[in-house]
Amino acid sequence: MDKVTPDRAADVEGCPSGLQDTPIRETDPFGADLALDDFVTVKNDLASIDLIVQGAHCGGCLAKIERGIGELNGVRTVRMNLSTMRLHVEWTQSALSVQAIVQCLSDLGYGAAPYEINVAQSQSETDLRRLLKAVAVAGFAATNVMLLSIAVWSGGGEMTESTRTAFHWISALIALPAVTYAGQPFFRSAWGALKNRQTNMDVPISLAVLLACGLSLYETVNGNPDTYFDAAVMLLFLLLIGRYLDAKLRHKTGEAAQRLAAMQSTSATRILPDGRLETIPTRRVSPGDTLLIPAGQRIPVDAEIISGSSEIDTQLATGETLPVLKNPSDIIYSGMVNLTNPLTVTAISAETDSFLAEISNLVQAGEQSKSRFVKIADKAAQAYVPIVHTLAIATFIGWLLFGAPLRQASLNAIAVLIITCPCALGLAVPAVQIVASGRLFAKGVLLKSGDALERLAEIKSVIFDKTGTLTQGKFQLDNKADISAADLQFAGALSAQSRHPIAKSLHIYAGPLTAIDVTETPGVGLTGLIDGQTVKFGARESIADNGLSTQSWLQREGKKPVMFAFSDALRPEAKSTIDRISALGLSSQILSGDTQASVEAVASILGLDHAQGGVSPKGKLEILTALNADGKLPLMVGDGLNDAPALANAHASASLATASDISRSAADIILADDSLSGLPDAIMIARHAKRRVIQNLGAAILYNFIAVPLAVFGFVNPLVAALAMSGSSMIVTLNALRPMKT
Amino acid sequence: MTALFWLIPLALLLGLTGLIAFFWSVRDGQFDDPKGDSSRILTDDDHPIVDD
Repeated sequence: MDKVTPDRAADVEGCPSGLQDTPIRETDPFGADLALDDFVTVKNDLASIDLIVQGAHCGGCLAKIERGIGELNGVRTVRMNLSTMRLHVEWTQSALSVQAIVQCLSDLGYGAAPYEINVAQSQSETDLRRLLKAVAVAGFAATNVMLLSIAVWSGGGEMTESTRTAFHWISALIALPAVTYAGQPFFRSAWGALKNRQTNMDVPISLAVLLACGLSLYETVNGNPDTYFDAAVMLLFLLLIGRYLDAKLRHKTGEAAQRLAAMQSTSATRILPDGRLETIPTRRVSPGDTLLIPAGQRIPVDAEIISGSSEIDTQLATGETLPVLKNPSDIIYSGMVNLTNPLTVTAISAETDSFLAEISNLVQAGEQSKSRFVKIADKAAQAYVPIVHTLAIATFIGWLLFGAPLRQASLNAIAVLIITCPCALGLAVPAVQIVASGRLFAKGVLLKSGDALERLAEIKSVIFDKTGTLTQGKFQLDNKADISAADLQFAGALSAQSRHPIAKSLHIYAGPLTAIDVTETPGVGLTGLIDGQTVKFGARESIADNGLSTQSWLQREGKKPVMFAFSDALRPEAKSTIDRISALGLSSQILSGDTQASVEAVASILGLDHAQGGVSPKGKLEILTALNADGKLPLMVGDGLNDAPALANAHASASLATASDISRSAADIILADDSLSGLPDAIMIARHAKRRVIQNLGAAILYNFIAVPLAVFGFVNPLVAALAMSGSSMIVTLNALRPMKT
Repeated sequence: MTALFWLIPLALLLGLTGLIAFFWSVRDGQFDDPKGDSSRILTDDDHPIVDD
């Protein structure tokens, strides 16, 4: 998912997985004693486990993992699935422990989490396979029946009646089992809808297919000239393709969401009354437990500090760029990261009622409200189904009234049903969505669902988070030109031992020097020995916080202090992105949890009039809900935990590849190459796609205007039905594939 | 005309063979990881021949 930026690619060989700022095992340490054993299945000394691997992206990773694990003593099978990021390992239980496997993965540079088979997801996997098989069966039947039907049509009068009937029997022999098998997805869904006294698109489809088959069988038995077997199976074939594409898009989304959920499960270190430490999964922490939070670890549950002071990175939780100093009796919240010193804390919440859980609940509520969005295809179906059925009944009664025999009346009524069968409608939307999601992918944008594309096309305004979205979310040295190379190296060497965001930005300057005896005083700075000299970095007494830039001082023994100025720089593409968005006729504004001053500084550079700082996650949510209600349908762009509820509730939402897991799973689209410039492209593609969908629906309606009167007045024979149906499906598919101007 | 009695079943049989092969490949998991399979072909897992 992560793309490598060119300058970083140059210094690291191979795969992007090694490029993460903090190694995965530091943020999500799957300790040797985490309850992994619950996930291992053992059978006759043959153990197996499914793991989700974090950070594997390419063929190189695949080879590295399979080779690395394969070399472990006792491993029998190892198979990495790059599409689902799942690793399946089988090994001799007595020869190897599961912890050794996870440790090996971690040593290779990848994170791992046990894969819990989720019922809904494995159901969708089975469904997808069944659909694929149904497509194959329907395709096989369609081609073979068509072969026989073309012979009958082109044979015209020359074919003897007995040959023709034989051909019809063979067609029946192929079509009836094929329809029984391949039609099930439609029959089941139609039956489900009818049972609840509702209708959906599958009702007319099932009715048309079943009636066409029944009628054709009747005609075959009686040796009559016309059968519709070819129409029935071709209909199924075309519709199943649409259904399969749709299911595949949805399955991918579910897979991604589940992967994120699995990676979120973290561990906590509990201090037992006798002083021993034990690592437990976060879900087993209960309020009152004493926990140890080492430097560099994410805080598992909300807690009160008992001893120790440390700087806490609250960026993902609140949107503040600078770490905050926390002392005993201060409260820290789950999702923040402990930066400098180990802390001993008392848990004040369990995982299920922590800050993180509260955010997840808000996100879930948002997703539920979004599921009420009615897709274009469903709107079309609601209008379409009653009209079609009324028409068919009217045709039947009409012919009877004019004195036609029962057989002819039902023949014409069924012809109406076959010809109006929403073949083009069934393909019109998924074909466009698949093509659009392919185009988005080429622009580095991942689309999570088809209806997200429809919502993205409707947005009226864009709301940006500041930290990490418009800005890079990490500090950069601004006055590098004013600092001597030696000072830079000293600062780099000293800060190499710190996780403070400002120190991190200097890591790259470390050079060959190493600092020893480094102490980090929270809120003050770093002190250490380099080449026998005492070096201090930080000295915040002269700190000046004027919105964007932050100053720190380097003091080498016997030298004058040198000033280092840092800022959380804007993303280089931020300005052009906002300009392009306003060119699309959308207004932009900033909504951030950071201080009003720093928000306004960013807004003035970008030329935005509306900027609001100091907004809590709930506050963001309220503003978004108000905009939704006003019809100003917002697109929310954000990356932090604090943005997640807003992302889930906004009409449409986008998140970045480096965003927190929960924001990525809440967002509709993910800017996978971690650049905002895909955003205007995505909006444009969504609008084009919407136009295409409407064109396709228009084509389908136009087709019906021409074909329905023919069917009502009895001019439709099997040849006309086949031509009309495949013709209209071809038109909508080709229209979907037509290049878009972007 | 008698040719039809041979050719139609034969054509159907061939098609059916293809269908069965496809079912087998789906069940065998050959469509589970298109991304991995396309890069797997590039991994060089040949080992040099070592004389004992």
